[in-house]
Amino acid sequence: MGRSTVTQPRLEARLLQDDFAPQGEPILQTRALSLWYGKQQALDSVTLDIPKNKITAIIGPSGCGKSTLIRCFNRMNDLVPGVRIAGEILYHRKNIYDPNVDPVEVRRRIGMVFQKPNPFPKSIYENVAFGLRINGFQGNLAEHVERALRAAALWDEVKDYLHTKSGYDLSGGQQQRLCIARTLAIEPEVILMDEPCSALDPIATAKIEDLMLELKEHYTVVIVTHNMQQAARVSDFTAFLYLGRLIEYGPTKKIFENPDKKETEDYITGKFG
Amino acid sequence: MKPARTTQPALHAPPGRYLKERFIQGVLFACAFLAVVVTAVTIWIFVSGSGIFFTQVSLGEFLGGTRWAPVDTSTPSYGALPLIAGTLIITGIALLVAVPIGLFSAIYLSEFAPERVRKVAKPILEILAGIPTVVYGYFALLFVTPLLRSVLPEIQFWNALSAGIVLGIAIIPLVSSLSEDIIYAVPRELREGAYALGATKFETIRSVVLPAALSGIAAAIILAMSRAIGETMIVAIAAGRVPAWPPDLLKPLETLTVHIVNVATGDAEAGAFIWATIFAIGALLFVITLLLNVLSYWIVRRFREQYE
Repeated sequence: MGRSTVTQPRLEARLLQDDFAPQGEPILQTRALSLWYGKQQALDSVTLDIPKNKITAIIGPSGCGKSTLIRCFNRMNDLVPGVRIAGEILYHRKNIYDPNVDPVEVRRRIGMVFQKPNPFPKSIYENVAFGLRINGFQGNLAEHVERALRAAALWDEVKDYLHTKSGYDLSGGQQQRLCIARTLAIEPEVILMDEPCSALDPIATAKIEDLMLELKEHYTVVIVTHNMQQAARVSDFTAFLYLGRLIEYGPTKKIFENPDKKETEDYITGKFG
Repeated sequence: MKPARTTQPALHAPPGRYLKERFIQGVLFACAFLAVVVTAVTIWIFVSGSGIFFTQVSLGEFLGGTRWAPVDTSTPSYGALPLIAGTLIITGIALLVAVPIGLFSAIYLSEFAPERVRKVAKPILEILAGIPTVVYGYFALLFVTPLLRSVLPEIQFWNALSAGIVLGIAIIPLVSSLSEDIIYAVPRELREGAYALGATKFETIRSVVLPAALSGIAAAIILAMSRAIGETMIVAIAAGRVPAWPPDLLKPLETLTVHIVNVATGDAEAGAFIWATIFAIGALLFVITLLLNVLSYWIVRRFREQYE
């Protein structure tokens, strides 16, 4: 196989996907997904299955389209002017880009944690209650907020300041766990994490990683990361994206120890990227 | 082959390097200092001018009296309440017009309008601020008042309502342009956080964007309010010049600023006591604006959601 990845025929990427499909029920599936920002193509016919209750990592060098891909799963790219999408994303076998699908409903089931912690400038309590309030939650709000904060391993650190401290008063790692709690509160099925630790120190990163491993019992997690060690530590499956194309996808152990493709091996071993 | 250098490198600044920098710093300081001096002198003139006024009139009569008749030679009366009420009424009407329209247009421009529309509409809105107020005055008198008369037949030719509405239109750009900048500046990450939780566009704007922009929006409204309190020409033309008590929206009234114009453009002799009234009224305007600013500042501190 040649070293040139740019000129590889598109067909090969398609065929590759038939070689690997994770066992079990896939919860999200992309089908020949392509995306353009204006005239610039960012994703080229990506086809992969995300298995339920597993952690799937998307890795690749900067600009490879990994953030773009994860933001397709909850239709976040709808907010970017000039975006055009071709192909399908199936969620429980239903195309979320179907014209009669409401993106707001998609986002209530597929939550997202962002690269830079983005708590609201409200109290800790209101940060978590926000999603519940807008979704017309009828039950015991305080109890639900507590449960979400406990699930995000933040409760003990903030329980005395729920109403007095703003989300902005917390440290970066706490802010990110608050954002996770906020997402957990509305009980989504899938949690998308777009480089959730890139702004955090190693200790805060370790806490988030432990949390991810706990979360996969109840949730499906998709994580974009530029940190290959992180992908190797937490994920069950890894997809390697390069120049908008899916190069290789498989069990994390295989991708890291015995990749099929030369580009994957070069990236994993740090020869580029 | 050159011999090795043994001399120490010269690390001191060449002469003259910092002369220019010091000069620039001096000019900047002088400008800042001038602004402070002008403010101080203005306040001093208010205070000393008002001193003469308050040797003749008690503060109680000035702030509590309901008859403003400084030119009545037989029984002059210096109760400023009609003027204070006139100012507050006109300002109130103007804000009722300018705040909703200004704020909603700011929300539309920053959140809904396509970039092309925003780029064209914003400067057009700002042109409203460039129209001379004397034009607005006649607009109120000759267009808005007849229009109001078709709904409210009893409205008088000079009236507070028409002047207030038109003043409101004149200050819309102050509210909209500043608010739009502030709303636009709310970080995209915050909006995305709300959208990702399944918030609709309206929920995102109402619950996240506007609270985060509140302090800036309030600053814009305060600026518009101060401008309305100080506005003179529209009111002088369209609201009549009658210090009325009790004030009536459909009838003429007079504001604090209009009284100052009346004195300055009238035929009062230099040195006449009536000149002292304009210093007292000026000081009062100053105090009212200051109080409203303090109040707004307090409200903002109480309710804002700071994102930095």
